[in-house]
Parts: sequence; structure tokens; C-alpha cells
Amino acid sequence: MLPTQPSPRRKAITAWFQDRLAWDSVREFLAHKTVPVHSGTIWYAFGGITLFLFVIQVITGILLLVYYRPTPTEAYESVQFIMTRVAFGWLIRSIHIWSANLMILSAFVHMFSVAFLHAYRKPRELVWLSGLVLLALALGFGFSGYLLPWNTISFFATKVGTDMATFVPWIGSTAGRYLRGGDAVGGATLTRFFGFHVAVLPALTSLFLLFHLGLVQKFGISTPPWVERRSRGVGAKTPQMPFFPDFFLHELMVWYGALALLGILAALFPWELGDKADAFASAPAGIRPEWYFLAPFYTLKLIPGHVAGIEGEVVGLLGFGLLAFWWVTLPFWGARPDGTVRSKLVTGGAVAFLAYLATFSLLGYLR
Amino acid sequence: MNEVVGGKEQDLAPNAGKIVKFGTQPVLLVRITQTEWRAFSAVCTHLSCIVQYDASRKLIWCACHNGQYDLNGKVIAGPPPAPLKEYAVHLRGEDVVISRG
Repeated sequence: MLPTQPSPRRKAITAWFQDRLAWDSVREFLAHKTVPVHSGTIWYAFGGITLFLFVIQVITGILLLVYYRPTPTEAYESVQFIMTRVAFGWLIRSIHIWSANLMILSAFVHMFSVAFLHAYRKPRELVWLSGLVLLALALGFGFSGYLLPWNTISFFATKVGTDMATFVPWIGSTAGRYLRGGDAVGGATLTRFFGFHVAVLPALTSLFLLFHLGLVQKFGISTPPWVERRSRGVGAKTPQMPFFPDFFLHELMVWYGALALLGILAALFPWELGDKADAFASAPAGIRPEWYFLAPFYTLKLIPGHVAGIEGEVVGLLGFGLLAFWWVTLPFWGARPDGTVRSKLVTGGAVAFLAYLATFSLLGYLR
Repeated sequence: MNEVVGGKEQDLAPNAGKIVKFGTQPVLLVRITQTEWRAFSAVCTHLSCIVQYDASRKLIWCACHNGQYDLNGKVIAGPPPAPLKEYAVHLRGEDVVISRG
């Protein structure tokens, strides 16, 4: 059968949009965009999975907003209402929480894969930095969203988290009061955490996400140094895969897999609500934060009240600060002035950091 | 506020504790024996979680980071940097009265 020609009407409509959107340039851009193909190509998928899960967060978050009420007298009850009276409310809430957890896990995998593939090196230092800002914002989403159901565990997690902030030198007490909206965790804390969670953090995330993705588009996807060396050795270019449709379809399949996993987890392991927060009840036995805060939680358990005359919390905060600084500045100490990477130093450091996070998270969970 | 009634004497058995509202602050009232009572600020000096009385170990315990205090409020294990602030307890008839020490 001969291919059919587009009708004059369809041609006219296409031309009308072309004149106004210039989508030929998008088509041109997609036709030339490529992704390097090598044994580590699979790790490139995790940035996309993180983005996909973030979109699910936004959609389910908007749905939860329809019924959620951010006051101490109504928050717990409104979540209870969502879970028991709203059609599929329990599932939407469960998807929201599971996708948050999977998003943070995926962001961590993405971060470590960037470190191990040395994708942070010149000229991508700002991609690394903006990615870490996005991870910090994701943790901020986790921390602020945790309080919203106003249950016992979230109440104490917020008490501990905001109390930690008070140990920051010079600005600590102001920061603590600002976060809590007063001296103690209460209604003022809940309303401002709600504001952070649904307005401030989404706005900042959108901004940094645009910046991050813009830079990824500008510099393209990084090729690991050993793949570049191997290609140079044989006088050939690194094999490339067209971004559209090849990589895009791969990515779509991976997203589909992530969606299936999310559906299974949300449906078979719905998130429980627990007991309502009570400012005059003891912290229950076995209380622990979300898994992504377990490593610092367990570290704080181990630090004694005073270390060399300094309060334990200050020592802990100083340690976390130094660790964060060391990790954030990786593109600067992990590469030489000529742009070549200090491969062993970075890989060793990343393995040690990963080992610390994994071991302390596991110990924090078990003990 | 200088004192509150923490309940009736017969409401708390020996070797037991409970949280009492002292204005806006939580206070842990502990009945150690038939006649011996103690009360402490229930806010852990580590990171502000609310402590509880652990009857099996006869000590005050914070579940958040495993801070432990003896029945004088002194830190005996874990990360708390300072002892718990003590309140005075006395009986007025059947009422257990807690006051600032």
C-alpha cells in the first residue's frame, strides 16, 4: 500500500503550530542528542526514575491536599478520613509515601553512580552541586511531610530534628524557633511545615530541577574516563545511542518497572497511620526515624553527652557538617587542575561513605 | 504556676510512673515505693524527647536515643549531656502535689 499524503488541512494546521512553536528545532535537537553506550549505561536511568517518582509525588500530593487539614486538632483526623472514607484514599496516601521513599532511594543511587562514573568532573561541577541541593530538598520534603499526619512517631521525629537545629553555632536558637514557630513543637510547627512541604520546597525544587536538567542538556551525558580512554586507545569514538527514541523508550520501560514496583508496595504494604501525637506522652519504645535518617540517628546514639568538654550534639552536628562539606566539594578535590580525575581517591571515599551509610542505617534499624 | 496536683495517691502503684502536665511542661512522677515519690522534668536533656519510667530496670529511660537516668535524675548511660531537673513531691491528704523544687 502506498503511504498516504497528509491532507492540505493537516498540513495547514502543522504549519500554523510550526510558525508559533518552532518545533522543528525541538525535533532537530532530539535527532542529534545521544547517550553514550557502555557497561555502565544502566546507571543513567536513575536520574530519570527520580524525576518520574517526583511527578507521582506532585500528583498524589495534590490529591491528598483536597482533604488534608493542617491543624493539630484536625490533621490526624483528616488523614484518618482519607484512609477510611475517601474512595482509594488509602491507596493515594500509600503511593505518596512509597514513591517518596523510592524517590529518595533512587536519588541516592543516582548520586553514588555519578560519583563512581566520575560524571561530576569538569565542566559538570554545577550539575553535581545542583543535584545535591535537590537531594537536600528531597530530604526536606521527607522531614516536613513526616509531621503532617500528626502522629506520635512524626511528633518525636520533629522534636529531635528541630532540636538538632538549635545546636548550630550562632544561629541555632533562632533557627530552632523559626522551624518550630515557638519554643516547642506544636500547632505553629505543623502549619509552617505544611507551608514548606506544599509551597516553599516545591518552588525551590522546580527552580533547581530546571537548572539541573538544563545543564544536563547543555553538557550532554558524561562518558566515564575509562571508556573515553579505551575509545581513544583504539582511535574510535565512544559508541552512542540516539536519545530519541532509543534511550527514551528504554527509560520508559524502566519507569514502567518502577511504577509496577510502586503499585505492588503501595497496595500490599499500605502505610499505617499510628497513634495521634500527644505532647504529654512518652516517646514509645522502638521509635526510629525514616530509613534515610537512620545513619545520623544511630551516630547520635553513640556519641556520649560530652566529648573533650564539648556537648555531644555539637560534636555530632560538626561531624555531619564536615562530612557534608567533604562530599559536596567532591568535584574540586576529586579532579586535578588539568581535569583528570583522582579516580582511586574518589572511589575509595565513595565506598567508605556508602559503607558508613549502609552499616549505620542497618544498626539503627536493628538496635 | 508553682504546683500541680499529680493525681490521687492510690492511683499510682509503687514502682510505676506517669506523665503529669505542669503548665505547658511534661513532668514524670515516679512512685518508687509505698512512701517514696519523685518527680522530674520529662524532657530528655539530649534532644527533647519525652522520657518514661522503666519499671523492670528501675530507671528513667528515653526511647529516642536510649538515654538513661537514675532515680535522682542523674545520667547513667547514653547521650544526655545533663541530669533531669527535679521537682518536689509531697502528699496533701490523698493528693500527690508536685511543686518546683
